[in-house]
Parts: sequence; C-alpha cells; structure tokens
Amino acid sequence: MGKMIANDKDIVVPGENLAEGMDFLPGFGTYRDGDNIVALMVGQLRISGRALKIVPLSGKYVPKKDDLVIGNVTDITFNGWLMDVNSAYHAMLPMKDATSDFITRGADLTKYFKIGDWVATQITNVTSQKLADATMKGPGLKKLTGGRIIYVSPSKVPRIIGRQGSMVSLLKNTTGCRIVVGQNGVVWVDGDPQKEQLAKDAIRLIEQEAHTQGLTEKIQAFLGGSK
Amino acid sequence: MNKELKQHLILALDKQVRYDGRKDKLAYRDIKVKTGISVNAEGSAEVTLGKTRVYAGVKMAIEEPFPDKPDNGMLMVGAELLPLSNPNFESGPPGIWATEIARVVDRGIRESGLIDLPTLCLEPGKKVWAVLIDIVTINDEGNLLDAAALAVYAALQNTVFPKFDGETVEYGVKTDKKLPLNDKKPIAVTVYKVANHFFVDPNTDEEKAYDARLTVVTSDDNTICAMQKGGETPLTQKEVEDMVGIAMDKGKELRKLV
Repeated sequence: MGKMIANDKDIVVPGENLAEGMDFLPGFGTYRDGDNIVALMVGQLRISGRALKIVPLSGKYVPKKDDLVIGNVTDITFNGWLMDVNSAYHAMLPMKDATSDFITRGADLTKYFKIGDWVATQITNVTSQKLADATMKGPGLKKLTGGRIIYVSPSKVPRIIGRQGSMVSLLKNTTGCRIVVGQNGVVWVDGDPQKEQLAKDAIRLIEQEAHTQGLTEKIQAFLGGSK
Repeated sequence: MNKELKQHLILALDKQVRYDGRKDKLAYRDIKVKTGISVNAEGSAEVTLGKTRVYAGVKMAIEEPFPDKPDNGMLMVGAELLPLSNPNFESGPPGIWATEIARVVDRGIRESGLIDLPTLCLEPGKKVWAVLIDIVTINDEGNLLDAAALAVYAALQNTVFPKFDGETVEYGVKTDKKLPLNDKKPIAVTVYKVANHFFVDPNTDEEKAYDARLTVVTSDDNTICAMQKGGETPLTQKEVEDMVGIAMDKGKELRKLV
C-alpha cells in the first residue's frame, strides 16, 4: 500500500518526495523515480484521488492541449503561420486550421495573418517535444485587431478568469472593454482608453492579490470606487 | 508592423492616457538617482526611471593622447545593452541603438564642455588622463537615452582621481581630488512625436510606435549643447522649436535631481 509523504496544498520544492508506492500517479510538475513520486517545481501540491499535480507559483507558460492562448505571428511558412505564445516553444497554425477558405498554391498568406498580428487561438496538440499546433476553428477564436496587450504571470490566469469566468465578466461589464484572456498570460484589452487603463490596473491588482480570499469583492470595490 | 499599436496609442494620447497610467504626456516616471554604486569605478551612478534601470561607471586611465589633440584629455563613452535588460538585445558588438546612445551622451558632455579636457593633460603628446565612461542597461522599459545621459552626468559628478605617482596608477586608492567639471549641468531630454502629440519618457509600447524623436541636451543657462533627431518622419521648424521648448522645461526639472 502506498504512502503519502506530503499533504494536499503543501508548498513543495523540486526533488521533494511526495508519495511512495505505485498507488499514486504523477501528474503535471511531478515525475516517478523508482517507487516514489518526486516534485519537479516549486508550487502548491494538489491531490485529486490518486493523481498528484503541482500548481506552479510562477514560471513561463508551457503549451497544453485545448488552452486558449493569444499568440503573436512571428513567421509565415509554406503551410501556415508560426506564433510566439509567450512560451519557450512556438505554436504552429497550419493553413487548414486557420481558415475554411480555399487557398491556392503560392497565395499571399498575409491576407489572413501578417507578421506582428495578435491572434486568439486554441492549442490542438502538443508533442512530446512541446511543439504545439493551434487552430482558429472554435468559438471566440479570431484575429485581435486594435486594443492593447497586457502580460501577466501565466500562473495567475485562473484568478483573472475566475470561477466560470466570473472575474473576467465583472471586468468586462464594469469597464465596457472587450477582454480576451489567454492561458499563456497574454491579455488583450480593447475599449475606451481610460477604461482600458482601469481594466489594466484591476488586472494588476488581481495578480498581486491572487492568493487572498474574497478577491471578487475587492475587485468590485476597486472598480466601483474608481469609476 | 506596429500600425495598429500606433493607432491605438494615438487614441489613448488623444484622451491624455499613457499606457503606464501616467496622466500627463509631458511627465516623467519616478526618477531615482543613486551615486557611488561601484567600489572599483572612480565614479558611478544608477538611474531608475520607472522600471528602466541604467548603470554608468567612470574609469580614469593614463593614456597617450590622440595625435590631433596632443594637449587634451580623452573622453570615451561606450554603451552596452545587456541581453538581460530586453529580450530584443543580443550579446556581441554594439548595435545601432547602443552606438546611438553612447554617441548622443558623448556629444552632450563634449559639446557642453562639461569636463575641462585641457586640464587633464599631464605631458603634451605623451600622457593624459582618459575618462572612460561605460553605460550598462539593467532593465529597459523605455527611454534608455535620457536615463543613460542622466546616469553619466551623475557619475561624472561623483568621479575622483585615483592615486597616481607619475608612473603607474594605483587603482583602489582614491584621492579626494574631483574631476574638474564646469557649471553647465547638461541634461538630455528626448521629446517624442506621434501624430500631433508630443510626449516625453516613452515606455516600451510607445517606443515601438513613435513618428519622430528629438534629443536635446540643454545646459543650466538654457543653451542647447547637442541635438539628435531620430525616427522616420521629418519635423517642421515649428515642431522643432516646440520640442526644444519642452526639452528646456523638462531639463530644469531633471537638473534638480543631480
């Protein structure tokens, strides 16, 4: 019978033994070393059933399947676009996933996306080498024109979105801005300049206070107070 | 490439909104100047401008003078844009931007006559003091030029000669003899223009989308010591005059800090 060494919600450090025995499964941020499960990163341990995973405290974005990310087009290849997704790895947007148009051989691909464009895409597949493929086919996936980009820590993104998107809808409703939050820590905001600034300040506040309780009320007060 | 960013930036500037939350187009971010940050340099300073951070260091060395200026001391300014300060900076020989920063800073000091170069001559044609200034960027969040110029000026004020017995320089032993500076107090202010807006102290986004910029080095008595124009669009005479006016006003503000 396996034995847990660390507890749920513990802050763990790399190399720390989390559990013994084959009853447990290593999830994100952990690996199996012989009989043990060992931490790979600094973060909070989450145990769900038999699976162990670590929610990192900070760090660069690592592409994950089905994530909505905001990418910046960096290159146009013969069959699609390469995007920088604020990660150590590129994401590839193949032509067939980018548009339903028929594109003839040798057509000018800048008609769809040109270098420097911001695009909301979804990751469809990540290889073992962390090379990601992206698609534009899905709800809310589009080219982002206008607006401004705010970088946040990818580990704080769940707090910015909130439970079932509650935080981001609060931001949208109070500021009247259009907001897209990418899982990769890129946030796109478009609206009235002053309101954009307000949204940005609110997002910075969420980032700062991400670990505290009653965050929604705080943000509500912040947005209400500075209207 | 930055067309959309530019349009959006202009919309914000129309409403007097800066991307980093400043309310005024002609306001600098928080500036902090700290001198004497290096033990080994004869003079040093750190300037923080918002999140932009620049170090400047001054080394004094004995050199043979340039053949065309045998009885003048030497002044050399070099800038290094460390890759850690901006993802776009690469290590290696200095690029266009590093060269421009170094030269604009150099010009401001040289043309204002801040350092009394003839007094740095020890033996005409053979031995002079060389003032070697290095600029190192620690973090680039816009406006490296003004920050670098300010840091260099602060570092020069802080510079003392090392011990010198006529043959060798004994670094590590500092005398209390200061580097001879005049009272011009040259301050560089870069005024940026986008559409019909003038602004100072750009942040990273604004630096990507400006039309033209004009660096003006002014001295305490409102004399223009040096100028440098950058950017792709030309400026009219009226615009240059306005920008020089802004630079003089802002120069007075910055001069109080050092």
